[in-house]
Amino acid sequence: MSSVREEGKDRIIFVTKEDHASPSSAELVEEDPNDPYEERGLILPSGEINWNCPCLGGMASGPCGTEFKDAFSCFHYSKEEVKGSDCLENFRAMQECMQRYPELYPQEDEKEQQQQQSSETKPTSQDSAETSENGWWRWLLSFYKTPASLWPTAP
Amino acid sequence: MLKCRTVWRTLAPLARTSSTVCRQNARRAGLNNGRLPACVPAAHMSTAPAGGGRENQLYVLLVGATCVGGAIYAYRTVKGDSQRYQDRIDEISSRPLKTFTEEPATPTQSEPPAAPSPAEPSPPAPDAEILAPIETADLPSVWIASTADEPAVEASPQEAAEPAAALIVEEGDASPASHKVSSHTPYLLIGGGTASFAAARSIRARDPGARVLIVTDELVPPYMRPPLSKELWFSDDPSVTETLRFKQWNGKERSIYFQPPSFYINAEELGSAENGGVAVLTGKKVVHMDVRGNKIKLDDDTEISYDKCLIATGGVPRNLQVIERAGEEVMKRTTLFRKVEDFKSLDKVSRNVKSITIIGGGFLGSELACALGRRSTESDLEVIQMYPEKGNMGKVLPEYLSNWTTEKVKKEGVKIISEALVKSVVSKDDKLEIQLKDGRLVKTDHIVAAVGLEPNVDLAKSAGLEVDSDFGGFRVNAELQARSNIWVAGDAACFYDIRLGRRRVEHHDHAVVSGRLAGENMTGANKPYWHQSMFWSDLGPDVGYEAIGIVDSSLPTVGVFAKATAKDTPKAATEESGTGIRSESETEHTASSPVASSAPSPTGVQHKDEYGKGVIFYLRDKVVVGIILWNVFNRMPIARKIIKDGEEHADLNEVAKLFNIHDD
Repeated sequence: MSSVREEGKDRIIFVTKEDHASPSSAELVEEDPNDPYEERGLILPSGEINWNCPCLGGMASGPCGTEFKDAFSCFHYSKEEVKGSDCLENFRAMQECMQRYPELYPQEDEKEQQQQQSSETKPTSQDSAETSENGWWRWLLSFYKTPASLWPTAP
Repeated sequence: MLKCRTVWRTLAPLARTSSTVCRQNARRAGLNNGRLPACVPAAHMSTAPAGGGRENQLYVLLVGATCVGGAIYAYRTVKGDSQRYQDRIDEISSRPLKTFTEEPATPTQSEPPAAPSPAEPSPPAPDAEILAPIETADLPSVWIASTADEPAVEASPQEAAEPAAALIVEEGDASPASHKVSSHTPYLLIGGGTASFAAARSIRARDPGARVLIVTDELVPPYMRPPLSKELWFSDDPSVTETLRFKQWNGKERSIYFQPPSFYINAEELGSAENGGVAVLTGKKVVHMDVRGNKIKLDDDTEISYDKCLIATGGVPRNLQVIERAGEEVMKRTTLFRKVEDFKSLDKVSRNVKSITIIGGGFLGSELACALGRRSTESDLEVIQMYPEKGNMGKVLPEYLSNWTTEKVKKEGVKIISEALVKSVVSKDDKLEIQLKDGRLVKTDHIVAAVGLEPNVDLAKSAGLEVDSDFGGFRVNAELQARSNIWVAGDAACFYDIRLGRRRVEHHDHAVVSGRLAGENMTGANKPYWHQSMFWSDLGPDVGYEAIGIVDSSLPTVGVFAKATAKDTPKAATEESGTGIRSESETEHTASSPVASSAPSPTGVQHKDEYGKGVIFYLRDKVVVGIILWNVFNRMPIARKIIKDGEEHADLNEVAKLFNIHDD
C-alpha cells in the first residue's frame, strides 16, 4: 500500500515491494542505434575499433599506445583461420614495449576480471589503469593462443 | 561665452541707467536752455540733436566699448582653448617616450615618433580624438616592456595594427625563449587536472602519435580529487599523506595519480618522440594568451605556440570576506581545501588541534565533516560544521531529506550549527572566535572554509574570451568550443547542454566526460555534450547516493522510497554485487566503499519516515531534469536514459518502478 505525503513543493511516496510488482507503464523513447552523439562501445557501427573506449583504459594512449593499436588492429582485421596468427610481429613488438614500462604494464600472473561491455554505456574498469592494461594483454593473448572455436565472447 | 552673456546682461542695465541719466541731464539742460528768450527754441531745435548727440555719443561709446570688450574676451578664450588642446596633444605623444626611456635595454627615442598629432580638429571636440591615441599608445609599450631585451621597434602610437606586427618581428629575434621546452606544440592543454588528463588520453587515442603538452601550476602530475575528501581519510596507512594511495572496495590499492610518472615523457623530448606522447610541465603558470597569434606566455616569459588549445584551469576555492578581512592570524588558521597540499596540511592540523570548524554545508564541507568526525572518535578532536542552510546539502536535497541527512552527519560525531551566518572572526589567545549574526559565539582552533569554487578565468582578458555572467567560467558552445581552435572543459567551462540548458558543473565525472569530449572534438569529432555526467557522495556508512542532471532543492521533487533494511548501505551494496561498480565514472573508477572498519547496521526504529532507499525526481516544467538514486546503486544508465528522453511523465511512481528499488 503506497502512501503519499506532500511537504510544500515536495511529494513523498512510500511503496512496498508489492506496489512495484506490476510492470511499469512509463514509456521510454526508442534508442537509435546510429545516433551520432551517443557514446560507443569498443566496436563502432562502422566496424572500426573505438580507441577512445573507456574500456581500453589507457592502453591506446600510453607510451606503448602505437604498438597496442597496431597489434589490436591487425588482430581485428585478421582473416586467418586462427585469427591473429598473422600478427605475431605486432604482438611481439607490443610485449617488448610493455616490458620497458613495468610500472604501467605490470606482468602479474593473477587473474584479472574481464571487461564487461554493456550494450549502451561503458562501465569502467574498476581497477587502476595498470591492471586493466594487463587484463587486456591477457585477453588478447587468449585470443592468440586459443583456436577460433573456443573463443570467449568478444566484448 | 556665458561670461559674455552675463557681462552683457550686467552692462545692459548699466547702459540703460546711464542712458536715462543722460536723458535726464539732457532734459535739465533743455529746461535751462528753455529759460532763455526767443532764440532758444531755435537754438533748442538746433542744439537738441547736438544735446541728444552728446547722449548718443555716450551711448554709442558704451556699446562700442562693450562690443570691443566682448570681442577681445572671445578671442582670448578661443586662443586659450586651442593652446590647451595643443598642450594635451604634446603631453600624450610624449608618453610613449617615457615608457621607452624607462626600459634600460631599449634604446630611447628622443622625439615623439613622427610628431603624431592628428589633423587639428575643431576645438569643440578634442576629447574624442584624444581617446584614440591613448588606446594605441598603450599597446606597444606593454608588449615591448615585457620582452626587455628586444630591440625597440619603432611602433608609432597611431596604428593599432602595428603592435601586433611589432610583436611578430620581435618573435623572430626572441632569444630568451627557453631552449629546453619546445616552443611549439600541436596540442596544448592549460591546466593539469582531471579534465586535462581525460582530454590528453582522448587525443592520444584518436590521433596516432599525437604530441600533447600539459602545462600546470601545480607541482605534481594530474590526480583525482574525490579521494582527498573521502577515501584518503579512511585509510589505515599512517603514511597515506606521502603515498596518497587508497583502498578500493575490492581491497586493491591505487594512487590518486591517474598515471605514474613513467607514463609521461619529458617536455623537452616531446618534439622528437617518434610516437608522440603526453608531457607535463609542472610549476608553470600561463599568464598571457594570444589568440590571434596562437600562443601563450608562461610566468617565466617562455612562449609556446599551439595548433589547438584546451583551457582546463578549474577554479580556486572561495573564501568568506570576513575571514579575508580578519587579518594574518586568522588566515594562518584557515584552510581552503582543494589540492593535495591542502589535504596534507589539514591532516597534520587535525592531529594537532583540539577543535576544527568547517564553514559550509555542501558536498565538500559535509564530506570533510564526516571524515574528520570519524577521526574525532579516535582522538578528542571536536568537529563543528556550520552553514546558513537548515540542513546538510540544503541546496541539493529536498528539505525532508536534508534534515534526515543532518541527523546522520551528527551521528558521525559532528556538532552541527545550522542557520549560521558568520559575522566576524577574530584571533584571541591562540584561538579563533567566530561571531555569528544571531549572537552565538563559537571558539575553535582551526577553520576549514568550504564555501564554493571561483572558476579561474584569468586568461579571459588577454585571450579575449567571453565569460558567463550567470554561472561564471568561460562561455562555450555545445561542443565546448570557445573559438575555432580553443576548447574549455571541466569546472571552468560554462557550456550549453542540449537537454538541460546552459550550465556549469563542478563534479569529477563531468570533468572526465567534458575532458574526453573536448579531446575528441580537438581531433575532429564535432560532437556536442550529450552523455550526461553523474556525481556521487557518501556521508558515512549509512548515507550514500548517486545523482545525475540538475539537482537543485528549489525545484519541485517527487521522492519514491522503499522501507529500508539493514542491507541498504553503500558498503553493503558494493560487497554484495560482485562487480560492485559503485559509480559509473567513465575512465577511472574512483569511488570506493566507505571504510569497512565500523559498520553498524542502522539501529533505530524502521518506521515509515526512514528514507532508507529510493529515487528522487527533480522536475522543471513537468520534465525530469535531475534524479538522485538514494542508497540505490548500479542503476545510473536508467536514470541517464530518463533524462535524455526529456519526456513528461504523468505518474512518476511508474517511472520509479523502472529502478527496482526493492531489489538489491
